[in-house]
Amino acid sequence: MKNSNPEYLIFLGCTIPYRLTSYEVSARKVLKTLGVKLVEMPDFNCCGYPIDLVNHELASALATRNLCLAEEKEMNILTLCNGCFGFLNKVNKMLKEDEGFRKKINKDLNEIGMEYKGKVEVKHLIHVLTEDVGFEKIRQNVKKSLSMIRVAQHTGCHLLRPSKYTLRDGLDGHTLLKELIELTGAECLDYVDEGECCGNPIIGVNEDIPFQMAREKLEHVKKVNAQALITVCPFCHIMYDLNQPLIERRFNERFRIPVLHYPQLLGLAMGFTPEELAINDLRVKPIELLNSIYNAE
Amino acid sequence: MAGLKHIFENATVTRINPRFRHEMADAEKLLLCFQCGTCTAGCPVSRFSSFYNPRKIARMVQLGLKDRLLSDAALWLCTTCYTCIDNCPQGVEVANIVRSLRNLSVKERRVMPLISKKLALNILRSGYAYIIPESRIRRRITQGLPHLPRSNLKQIAKLFEVTDFLGVIENVETFEKVEVKE
Repeated sequence: MKNSNPEYLIFLGCTIPYRLTSYEVSARKVLKTLGVKLVEMPDFNCCGYPIDLVNHELASALATRNLCLAEEKEMNILTLCNGCFGFLNKVNKMLKEDEGFRKKINKDLNEIGMEYKGKVEVKHLIHVLTEDVGFEKIRQNVKKSLSMIRVAQHTGCHLLRPSKYTLRDGLDGHTLLKELIELTGAECLDYVDEGECCGNPIIGVNEDIPFQMAREKLEHVKKVNAQALITVCPFCHIMYDLNQPLIERRFNERFRIPVLHYPQLLGLAMGFTPEELAINDLRVKPIELLNSIYNAE
Repeated sequence: MAGLKHIFENATVTRINPRFRHEMADAEKLLLCFQCGTCTAGCPVSRFSSFYNPRKIARMVQLGLKDRLLSDAALWLCTTCYTCIDNCPQGVEVANIVRSLRNLSVKERRVMPLISKKLALNILRSGYAYIIPESRIRRRITQGLPHLPRSNLKQIAKLFEVTDFLGVIENVETFEKVEVKE
């Protein structure tokens, strides 16, 4: 049975309000229409992931503070960002499984009058869409089939690995986004190395390697003639959309592959206009894609 | 004999710390690593630069080459894609070992990437990893988005303090880029 009135605390994280409100705008629109109630998370902080490489304990304490806020509200967390999902979900599971770790982190949390009890769950947008809303309801809300377009997907690392933390009911996430895309009527093409990393997390210390990784991904996507790449993570999106012109210049190659947030694609199928979905915020303008969608008749 | 003399004069002795691996996350598992190299074969960073080699890092930890590891700039090239963790036939969590090494390097050598220091200071000042400009916070209204909550900075500062990170961040050397040496 699908949850008919799902309610979630929305955890925005930092990168979306800072650079990618187009993701937030489109996600809120489609979730509202699909009957998912979002409650704003009061005084949350960074999920902790960016601190993990320099101090695991502090990063875990920052994540746990967010989990405690959700426990106070007695609500589960919905994230839009893979990084936030990956880290909050991992810390949540580690705290539940490892008593020593829980004691250590709770000692830190006690200093700010909080205590982790292990009562909430963390889900990413694609989990809420598949597990709570369900494919049937999404299908019912598709008003304009996108059967005239062919796209490719990039799910992103922190939804896929480590599988110890990301497996849900024994199913891995490699096909989830593909299935969600196909609900819109669009064809989702396979390509080489779909599960490969975007490279963004190290761009602050080295540009060469991530740009080569992203270039290779864009080449693979171009090779199968996908008209767009669909993402569900702000970091992957920045790498492929915002940085695409830089990658084109650096390697003297031409991609011009529009990169849409999944809720933008779903939103188009649900009958929202490109303006309502902030599609004009994208760096690589999906002009040809929109032409195929609206001039298909 | 001149050649031998040359070799000995230029040789450096690396101090071995056999107990070093116990400072790592999942230290016991590390003993199970038999150097098959699956981690490096699947690593997207290693594919573009042999400078980063997780198999070699795992071996160096087994051997206790602490000083060399903690000062190795290649440590900072892991993207945390976790492919090595899922691929390891022995269940060794290689990316977590790299994380432990980075943490230890910050703690003992007081060095970290400039970007990490900036992000940490932003969190301390605003709760977010970036300082979100007022203009963008106001733009949210025209975009029909709810008000962005302010974080509880007192609580965040306290967490920095009790995890001994406040002192580190105030007094840490930084580097901007990792130069890749092939």
